[in-house]
Amino acid sequence: MKNFKLGVSVAALVMAANAAFAETEITWWHAMGGALGETVNEIAEKFNASQDDYTITPVFKGTYEETLTAGIAAFRAGEQPNVMQVFDAGAATVIGAKGATVPVQDLLSDNGIDFNIEDYIAGVRYFYADSDGKMIGMPFNSSTPIMYYNMDALAAAGVEPPKTWEEFQSTTAPALKEAGYIPLSQSHLPWIFTENFHSRHNLPFATNNNGYDGTDTQILVNNDAIKAHFTAVSEWKENGMFEWYGTGWGDNQTPFEEGKVAIWLGSSGSFGGLSKKDLPFEFSATLLPYWESVTTEPTQTFIGGASLFAMAGKSAEENKATAEFFRFLTSPEIQYFWHAETGYVPITNAAYDLAKSDGHYDRAPAAEVGIQQLSLPGGDNTKGYRMGFYVQIRDVMNREYGRILTGETSVEDAFATIEKEANELLARFAKTQG
Amino acid sequence: MKSAGFTTRWLPILLLVPQLSIIAIFFYWPALYAMQSSFYLQDPFGFGSTFVGLENYSSLLSSSEYMKVTRFTVVFTALVTFFSLALALLLAVKADNVLRGAKTYRTLLMWVYAVAPPVAGFIGVMMFNQSWGPLTELARSIGWDFKLGVNFNDTASAMILVSVWKQVPVNFIFFLSGLQSIPKSVREAALIDNRSSFGRFWDVTFPLLAPTGFFLLIINITYSLFDTFGVIDTMVKGEPGNNPMTLVYKVYVDGFRGNDLGGSSAQSVILMVLVLALTIFQFRLVERRIHYT
Repeated sequence: MKNFKLGVSVAALVMAANAAFAETEITWWHAMGGALGETVNEIAEKFNASQDDYTITPVFKGTYEETLTAGIAAFRAGEQPNVMQVFDAGAATVIGAKGATVPVQDLLSDNGIDFNIEDYIAGVRYFYADSDGKMIGMPFNSSTPIMYYNMDALAAAGVEPPKTWEEFQSTTAPALKEAGYIPLSQSHLPWIFTENFHSRHNLPFATNNNGYDGTDTQILVNNDAIKAHFTAVSEWKENGMFEWYGTGWGDNQTPFEEGKVAIWLGSSGSFGGLSKKDLPFEFSATLLPYWESVTTEPTQTFIGGASLFAMAGKSAEENKATAEFFRFLTSPEIQYFWHAETGYVPITNAAYDLAKSDGHYDRAPAAEVGIQQLSLPGGDNTKGYRMGFYVQIRDVMNREYGRILTGETSVEDAFATIEKEANELLARFAKTQG
Repeated sequence: MKSAGFTTRWLPILLLVPQLSIIAIFFYWPALYAMQSSFYLQDPFGFGSTFVGLENYSSLLSSSEYMKVTRFTVVFTALVTFFSLALALLLAVKADNVLRGAKTYRTLLMWVYAVAPPVAGFIGVMMFNQSWGPLTELARSIGWDFKLGVNFNDTASAMILVSVWKQVPVNFIFFLSGLQSIPKSVREAALIDNRSSFGRFWDVTFPLLAPTGFFLLIINITYSLFDTFGVIDTMVKGEPGNNPMTLVYKVYVDGFRGNDLGGSSAQSVILMVLVLALTIFQFRLVERRIHYT
């Protein structure tokens, strides 16, 4: 009974407090589980503590795919959150649905917050923008695929981290194999060996300016450069120079953490997690290798990860709160905090400068690799890509790549299938926009 | 004979309304909505849509991948149903003969019934873990380089094994109660006619179990087609890749992951028709041969 009374009085107090401040409450649906989710919660708490007018509540909704689907269902029921995190492969879906979101650039300028796209680092500016270069989604957890390596393993084998795939093939891998390691694994074949294969070598990935200029897009994945790459990868696997542990991300990362695999291609955003683990070896990271036979001037890679979209259909007051949250989120201090905790790149130049001047990269040089790679010279094909039903296109790629690596199909047939099915999906997506 | 009935007309209707409205809201309405959306390609957020007629169906039927998934579903359903029933029947017959400690055996055999499909799938993922799974080690010891999530057939075997393991207890309970409802006098009479216990089983026990068996056949086919979703989802870890999947899982992959509402609606309509055809077939052809006592 005592507890009950106490409960009532606390509830009354809380209500009184809420009434007194009349805070605008907004919600944020995200897909950041585990340690990342805790950092997201910390950012929200920092924002709530930084001022008295707005309260943001982060809600974890599962995987990227689940978050997008939940957001879509909620939008159709008129129950959408104010802020929704959407991953790279879902960008075409959410940006294609004009009226589902408020472009972040408009949201900020309508609420009197300065917006200059030049403040953002080059690599993140246009991935979530429309064809005119207007930023629609606010890049949030921006990452890019980089090469992690076990320093002890490389030292034992007497090799340096490879700069090119030719070097890996002729020097690094044989030495690592000789030293008793599985030389290479990777965690996401569509992302690392397909999308970013095209940007690293500045190859067009789709027609229509990589899909930005319209929906009647055709994928250009069936090209000789990538087919040669996958032919090499399956040969490496035959010779014990590469191993594939299935489509799941973690299944390929675990053998690296266990010290069995010497080089692992993962996300720059994996850095925070790897540093927090007590790995039995020293690790570092460097840029993703490229084929010298394809290009001698390798270019920057795409950002991966996800961005935050302001959902439409909210009151001006709530939109103001969302805009203020974005202002807070892009401040150098918060970006640096997020970058240092997780390994995702800081999205503004100011935050990057802050990290440099604070000596973050002197303490952890590998933390800078992602942003260095995103800041490499760009090309015509390195801005990003925009393709509808891309989640399904990735599923097709994963399926066919799995079949290549288990010997069920040939590289030639697999890419013909991917091209055919992807183009069918793109044509179907074009009709959904009609 | 006096016929029992309601005195007023509205009372029976009133009593049926709750059940009928549940069926209407949770079955007929979504089913009709699925049929409608299967003729469209629509933006997931609901802004644009194009009427495409039967295109969603024709592209499915001409897709070799969809046919592969269909073939796998048929094989998967047949194997899961067969092994679940056969193992459960064997266990039930053996358990029926046990007199001492019978309750303990039965409880142990029924235990797994309480495990939810995703949990069963998760246990499977651990048992078949690539680096330290005990069943992976076992397979390796007989020279089978088992790779869950990498090799199509290995993943399929693991899915079938876990699905069967999960379903055996349900069948066991029904078979056991079916066996125990066979009158003792019939068994004793059979004992005089036939000394072979194997022969007695096929001539007497099995036909008398047929109604239970038929019921379980339907339940198991439905289970293999639909309820194994949780097992499959956990075993492929949400990433279908080159792993096997069933038709129901494909509806989820294309509709809920891929946001292709039209295409996945067409898939679910196809499934609905398949299930309808299967049910008619079962009741028309199979049930005629079964005699209920």
